[in-house]
Amino acid sequence: MRPAAIAVLAAAALAAACAGLQSDPRADARALMQRDFHAKGSAGMDRLKEDPVQSACNAHRDNPPQALAEKLQQEQMAAIKWPADGKLLGDWKSGEKIAQDGRGMAWTDKGGVGGSCYNCHRIGPATTSFGTIGPSLHHFGKLRGYGAEMQRYAYGRIYNAKAYNLCTQMPRFGHAGALSEQQMKDLTALLMDPASPVNQ
Amino acid sequence: MAEPMKIRATLQGDVADVRVLMAHPMETGQRKDAAGKIVPLHFIQSIGATLNGKPVFSADISQAISRNPVFAFKVKGARAGDTIAITWTDNKGETRTDQAVVRAAP
Amino acid sequence: MRRALVLALAAAPWLHAAAQAEDPVAAEFDKFRAVLEQDNPAELFEVKGEELWTKPRGPKNASLAACDLGLGPGVVKGAYAQLPRYFADVDRVMDAEARIVHCMITLQGYSYAELAKQPFSSLTRTPDPVSIATYVAAQSAGMKIAAPQAHPKERAAYAAGQEMFFYRAGPYDFSCASCHGVDDKRIRTQPLPNFTRPAQAVRAVQGWPGYRMTGGVMHTLQWRMNDCFRQQRFPEPGYASEMVSALLTYLTVNANGHEYRGPGIKR
Repeated sequence: MRPAAIAVLAAAALAAACAGLQSDPRADARALMQRDFHAKGSAGMDRLKEDPVQSACNAHRDNPPQALAEKLQQEQMAAIKWPADGKLLGDWKSGEKIAQDGRGMAWTDKGGVGGSCYNCHRIGPATTSFGTIGPSLHHFGKLRGYGAEMQRYAYGRIYNAKAYNLCTQMPRFGHAGALSEQQMKDLTALLMDPASPVNQ
Repeated sequence: MAEPMKIRATLQGDVADVRVLMAHPMETGQRKDAAGKIVPLHFIQSIGATLNGKPVFSADISQAISRNPVFAFKVKGARAGDTIAITWTDNKGETRTDQAVVRAAP
Repeated sequence: MRRALVLALAAAPWLHAAAQAEDPVAAEFDKFRAVLEQDNPAELFEVKGEELWTKPRGPKNASLAACDLGLGPGVVKGAYAQLPRYFADVDRVMDAEARIVHCMITLQGYSYAELAKQPFSSLTRTPDPVSIATYVAAQSAGMKIAAPQAHPKERAAYAAGQEMFFYRAGPYDFSCASCHGVDDKRIRTQPLPNFTRPAQAVRAVQGWPGYRMTGGVMHTLQWRMNDCFRQQRFPEPGYASEMVSALLTYLTVNANGHEYRGPGIKR
């Protein structure tokens, strides 16, 4: 944490012209963020650094050229770590709890990480307090079939949604190390287990 | 020292519509603080209102009323320029009185 | 008592009329919210804020009567609706709370460190800048939002703020736009206005400072920006920093021309 006095900020703005606002918004914004954000809890300053996906989506306001998108999607897909035992379905009961849990990775969070899936998606039939940022996942397996390919698609989407659609707003839960392999298997089961309430 | 109330008294015909905003934590005695300790009971127990010094309303209230409560009532026989005074007393014996002038509706 | 019943209703979701104009449930909530706004506990903080503005305080034992919020020393009426703006004495754009903090430091002798230590309201404490900001904002109620763009640094702040609004980063790849750059979406049951559209951008600034019934606390836009970045899994923005002023410039300018209704009341 490095709170700077207002007076010091004013002096810095006058003295170091490059830190102040010039005429390049991209550079200005990045300089301001680098100077005025500070680490807190588990949220370090490294989080501001753009990785290739974020860089491409930021440069093109989430609408990158097709060739670039395909290249980066392939790289993201290649980096997915699939379960070593080849099993993609876990326990849907645990999956439901993980989907409801919105905690984790923020500077106030100290414990485990949930999927916060209901923030954006309709999923099971019992929860009406769902968000609409993402599409409905109700009847996910029932509509698409319960085969191995679809299981792989569901798991892969949860692990790294950007491998399928580069600038989707869905976080890369596996890639970011937010959810564990078991948690992602449980979520896959929530969507793909024929016995899951999602598919009733 | 208790924080001031905000009182509005608007005349409609000969009835004053009085609305009072009271600043008070209204602790139920059931809430736990960040350290896990019970926050002690601290709430307004009684409210009284006078019109030109004459009592027109009194009420005993409980800790079920929420924080920074709003209190609204009507007084018949009021005129523009009259003084409404509100007094509250809480369970710790703290008290506060504020007043406002009854104004005609704009 | 009526208030307790009214608050029981307040536990339900808070829906915006503009986003769901045809929804009868939303219309009922708007009516209910209008009733609450008549007796907003924020007014208690306005009273407190006025007291803090006029009383001599701090190491220099001075009032804030000489504080220039952009319309001249001591001019409070209408100032909030014309912030953020450029201030020559600090050569940067400042939002209302940043400017109040600046005046508390330069006129009254407080230090930035002590004001930034715990800048947001809790159940037991409302920081002075929050009450003062509530008072200042109330003096612009009903006026047209008119954040200036005349000075080059005001325009640069808007452009930088826009970049920040769309900047995706952190472990979840979130930007402000992830939630607030789309139409007709909600997160859980909370509707998300699209701040890139002027008619909806007004909801970024209208109603702030706002009294939040959850916990009975008074919150400002500095708190709202802080809490958004927390939920975006970003690091923490500096309190009253230039970065936050730039972001607020983007949001406010998008809302220019619309009426400032505030201070507000929230779930």
